[in-house]
Amino acid sequence: MEIVLAAKAIGAGIAVLALFGVGLALGNIFSTLIASVARNPASRDTVFPIGILGFALTEAVALFALLIAFLILFT
Amino acid sequence: MAAEGKTIDALSQFELTHAFGPIGAAVNFTQSNAHMLVASVVIVLVMIMGMAPRAVVPGRFQALAETFYEFVENLVIGQVGHEGKRYFPFVFALFMFVLFGNVLGLFPYAFTYTSHIAVTFGLAFLVFLVTTIVALALHGKKFFGYFFPEGAPLWLAPIIVPVEVVSYLSRPISLSVRLFANMVAGHVLLKVFATFVVLLGGLGIVGPLLAVLPLSVNVLLVGFELLVAFLQAYVFAILTSIYLHDAVHLH
Repeated sequence: MEIVLAAKAIGAGIAVLALFGVGLALGNIFSTLIASVARNPASRDTVFPIGILGFALTEAVALFALLIAFLILFT
Repeated sequence: MAAEGKTIDALSQFELTHAFGPIGAAVNFTQSNAHMLVASVVIVLVMIMGMAPRAVVPGRFQALAETFYEFVENLVIGQVGHEGKRYFPFVFALFMFVLFGNVLGLFPYAFTYTSHIAVTFGLAFLVFLVTTIVALALHGKKFFGYFFPEGAPLWLAPIIVPVEVVSYLSRPISLSVRLFANMVAGHVLLKVFATFVVLLGGLGIVGPLLAVLPLSVNVLLVGFELLVAFLQAYVFAILTSIYLHDAVHLH
């Protein structure tokens, strides 16, 4: 069934639209991280782990979307 | 994408096979279990060899063991506070198991046991059980006040309580899916670019020259995966510490 395959590909594409928000969020996290370290270099050690934690939590959202896309494509 | 009938087969690397021949098959001992065994033996060896010399100026293995120890200790005490020292062995064991599993999976022909949801959900559910039991043991019935923050208006309870309960119950799911999805996505990406190299290499004279591009991308990706392997172990440990903080301090 060609049409099912096409619909699967379109569905997987729609599923990764979540990357739009993730991209915005990651840019926001790192721009804020850079700005705060630039303003107060001494705060680097306290701010950096929080930034990395935020990065990992946000990246997880992208991976959830990727997982859904894989589920649509391969099942 | 198919050149000469070849296709990208990215997910077969996660299939389980029996290790150790007929004996392994009889007890369902898979290569995943074999890699867990290797990781545990390496962790124990590193810690024993690191702790044996007890030198003032540490040698290589002692410096390695001390780095791991101090890293996780700072993390736990920074998040939970000094009461958290009791839970340090738990977090340390989790961190080392996840870290060595992630890094072991990057070796050629090796299997990543953290790329299976069953393994990561097992670990995350253990974290969930431990934090809940710690909270119940330390606070008793007061623990259930966690689901309704003090000072919130009472008429909001029907909204706040279900939201808090659901967010508490979804902790093991998000913790396990994060690690598992990261590992799967990374290894699928490596496999996809490796397949590009093979497919381009079969395209006559220009093919092998073009195949240099995905190959160099793959080299960069291995470095990136090394970072992710460490980062995910760190995130797993820090989230465990945050949950322990909630359990010990209830907010």
